[in-house]
Amino acid sequence: MSAFSAIGEGKEIDRNDYTPGLEPQATWCPGCGDFGVLKALKGAAAELGKSPDEMLLVTGIGCSGKLNSYFESYGFHTIHGRSLPIARAAKLANPGVEVVAAGGDGDGYGIGGNHFMHSARENHDMTYIVFNNEIFGLTKGQTSPTSPMGHKSKTQPHGSAKQPLRPLSLSLTSGASYIARTAAVNPNQAKDIIVEAMEHDGFSHVDFLTQCPTWNKDARQYVPYIDVQDSEDYDFDNTDRREAAEMMHETEDALHEGKVLTGRYYVDSDRPSYQEEKQRIGEMPEEPLAERYFDDSYEWERSYDQFLDKHK
Amino acid sequence: MTNDELIWRIAGGSGDGIASTSQNFAKALMRSGLNVFTHRHYPSRIRGGHTYTEIRASADPVKSRGDGYNFLLALGDSFARNPQQNAYYGNEEIKPLSENLDELREGGVIIYDSGLLDASEIEDFDERVEENNWHVYDLDLRTMAREHGREVMRNTAGVGATCALADIDLEWIEELMTDAMPEKILEPNLEILHEAYDMVEEEYDVDAHDVKIPEGEHDEEQVLMSGSDAIAYGAIDEGCRFIAGYPMTPWTEVFTIMTQNLPELGGISEQVEDEIAAAALALGASHAGVKAMSGSSGGGFALMSEPLGLAEMTETPVVLVEAMRAGPSTGMPTKPEQGDLEHVLYTSQGDSHRIVFAPGTVTEAYTQTRKAFKIAYEYQIPSIVLYDQKLGGELVNVPASHFDEDPNPSLGSTLTEEEIADAPHDESGKFSRFRYDTPEDNGVAPRSIPGQKGGRFLATGNEHMPEGHISESPENRVFQMDKRMRKLEAIREELDGDGVNNTLHGEEDAQYGFLTFGSSQGTVEEAVDRLNDAGHSVKSLGVSEMAPYPVEQVKEFIESVDEVLVVEMNASAQFRGLTQKEIGQYGEKLSSLLKYNGNPFEPEDIVEGFEVNIVENDDHPHTRTKFVPAAGD
Ligand SMILES: Cc1ncc(C[n+]2csc(CCOP(=O)(O)OP(=O)(O)O)c2C)c(N)n1
Ligand code: SF4
Repeated sequence: MSAFSAIGEGKEIDRNDYTPGLEPQATWCPGCGDFGVLKALKGAAAELGKSPDEMLLVTGIGCSGKLNSYFESYGFHTIHGRSLPIARAAKLANPGVEVVAAGGDGDGYGIGGNHFMHSARENHDMTYIVFNNEIFGLTKGQTSPTSPMGHKSKTQPHGSAKQPLRPLSLSLTSGASYIARTAAVNPNQAKDIIVEAMEHDGFSHVDFLTQCPTWNKDARQYVPYIDVQDSEDYDFDNTDRREAAEMMHETEDALHEGKVLTGRYYVDSDRPSYQEEKQRIGEMPEEPLAERYFDDSYEWERSYDQFLDKHK
Repeated sequence: MTNDELIWRIAGGSGDGIASTSQNFAKALMRSGLNVFTHRHYPSRIRGGHTYTEIRASADPVKSRGDGYNFLLALGDSFARNPQQNAYYGNEEIKPLSENLDELREGGVIIYDSGLLDASEIEDFDERVEENNWHVYDLDLRTMAREHGREVMRNTAGVGATCALADIDLEWIEELMTDAMPEKILEPNLEILHEAYDMVEEEYDVDAHDVKIPEGEHDEEQVLMSGSDAIAYGAIDEGCRFIAGYPMTPWTEVFTIMTQNLPELGGISEQVEDEIAAAALALGASHAGVKAMSGSSGGGFALMSEPLGLAEMTETPVVLVEAMRAGPSTGMPTKPEQGDLEHVLYTSQGDSHRIVFAPGTVTEAYTQTRKAFKIAYEYQIPSIVLYDQKLGGELVNVPASHFDEDPNPSLGSTLTEEEIADAPHDESGKFSRFRYDTPEDNGVAPRSIPGQKGGRFLATGNEHMPEGHISESPENRVFQMDKRMRKLEAIREELDGDGVNNTLHGEEDAQYGFLTFGSSQGTVEEAVDRLNDAGHSVKSLGVSEMAPYPVEQVKEFIESVDEVLVVEMNASAQFRGLTQKEIGQYGEKLSSLLKYNGNPFEPEDIVEGFEVNIVENDDHPHTRTKFVPAAGD
């Protein structure tokens, strides 16, 4: 029997199974967009029949990072910007575990930007949800990498002189194989997208627009939103890199002109995940590495038998 | 004393194959029954630039590079001249000869490649040869090699000539070349080896000098091993199957050895975007139930400071390796120093703790890396193996039986699903992973691994409740802090119990003591033997447990002698500072001998330091070392 019997056990799971029995310890403000992510994630996990014991939710630091406190599963609330390297190693160590990483725009596109680029490039089989509220929430409202140009905050009193980062385009250039944008105000689409992202074999990046009513009072709250897949105005092939890139640019230009576009922007189902590539070249075992430590019959090799001859 | 030991220095340009030639030669000498110790000197440059390797070979045990050397093979730097820009590198071509004369002992032997070097470029060469009674052989190794097809084979020609002059049996070299070389290059290499040997035998008086190879015998099979090899094998034998890293000299050696071997063992190696990621990956893999390590050198380790603290707070086991080189900042990338001790002990915010081992020898590097994993996984705490460029790169012979140990794949304090079912949970069904009423009362609460049924919990770098939820409750804070600190007492007790790590050497009831840590240990021990032979009464303690510090053992050592000289390779006496802080007394008994010029201690540095500073009580400055008197002196 597997040492990890929760894996694949799921089935009769209800969204309430992901609600901690304790009073939640985290402290999101009323009306915070983060509740939308929580709702969508619970819905998606239930729909996929993942059990709380087979899911690992890895978060960064920020209001967004407190997602673990509201979501019942194995969790790792890490350090600012570093959720991705921790999450991807956990996935390599035990591919059977469903790994979701989550964090804010400051966390993921700022301090963790390097990890974002490289995790996407390597196409790890995991889902990454970025709570994009265009602001630093937890440290009280400073300008973030996605804040619009001219955005005023206590640390940018004259208004930001910087262009906002374009997360969708950056993700595509970096190599993510599933890229979508959704919004907290659009819970059904959000849930469907997270289901797809979790089912996708490869790095799935979901840029999740979340309003921060406390610090971003000017935020347009991302309404009304448009679903590019539902709208007749947008017709592009999201399996084609160039068309996807074009559409991402349009979406990113439109956001600060008050037009909120959401949907699936890029889906590459053909590309093998990093794990598959690594197994193909013989750098990763077929069986989950973690299982081996619980397998009493496994014969552990040692340096004396394997490598000492070349030193004699 | 020339017959007691051969210290052979091969010098040339980086990229000229000096390292591989010397490695093979060292192995051949080991196979012939001798004890060997190698010392590498190289610039931070890939092609060109003066480099040398020294091999000390003796029938007696060798613990350091020794003082000076008695046989020079100067090959000439084939990259010294840039063909496009004539003499771009100036007159570096002569360096393998000119740079190596200062340390060559009286009566020593010089072979130089007259095909690439012109000794007349060194102004006072002839005078120095005469003054020191050196025996000089100018051989056109380059032309000989060219005739056999490839210029790099002048190394082999040089080895052949060495064998003729030092009376080394060619059989050992042939056997090794046959083992190590592919058929195609073996033939011409064997040919040139013999040709050089015969040519020297026939044309020169090989008995004009008395630098000859000693004879020795091993009573059991030996392996030639570096500190980096030993660390990697220790990790592998302790069940480590995941490594993540980013290159930085000299840590790259351990990373490379692991990366080349892990896939064969069904393990995983990841070269990642930076050191923060590297440490974070190791944490992620460990959290998910795999024995994992990462590591770096000074600057890269600085980046790991925050993941290190996260490992402690989340009680995630992990082993980090820190390979010291001279700092601050990028410092001297290829030069040894023991200047990162405080960095490794104190980096990361808050009341944070980690276990630190600083092995003193290649054999200790193996056993202590194993111990670092064992402690990390049993006690769920980060542990660090701290070593330096010297230990990482030095090749020594070690009995093969030293590695004949059972593997230990145990994940330490983890639970099976059945055990999890019996363990406490909170009302939401979360497992009380961070319970403070720990089963053994040693601060260790066994953990679960993601995917195990009934084991879910939250690991967080914030202070947290037993099931992991973030909490700022004062009561819980104190309970959790005390729980984490209780582990340290238990670990100290466990380490005291096995009593094998800190190495005593010399006369038990000696009058004076040397205290040292890490890779300086062997050199200090050699100095201790010399001093005792010369009628002094000394002993040494090589400390390799830096945290938790072995207070009782060190205290006993200090109490047993009149005075202690603390020997370390840094400018600020970090180890002495640590010792004084931990012991809290006897400051007046400790003075320091420091070396931080980029070269490791030689035994003579220590002998001289002791005689001048301790016996004669003089604090005059030395050329290579620095004496810092005891507090209150
Ligand atoms: C290394 C480090 N730098 C800074 C901080 C302080 N810090 C905590 S949260 C945060 C910003 C988070 O912003 P974002 O990622 O956008 O998340 P939000 O709070 O908006 O959800 C910062 C700067 C930290 N914890 N660690
Ligand atoms: S500060 Fe903003 S992001 Fe943070 S909880 Fe409040 S509303 Fe949400």
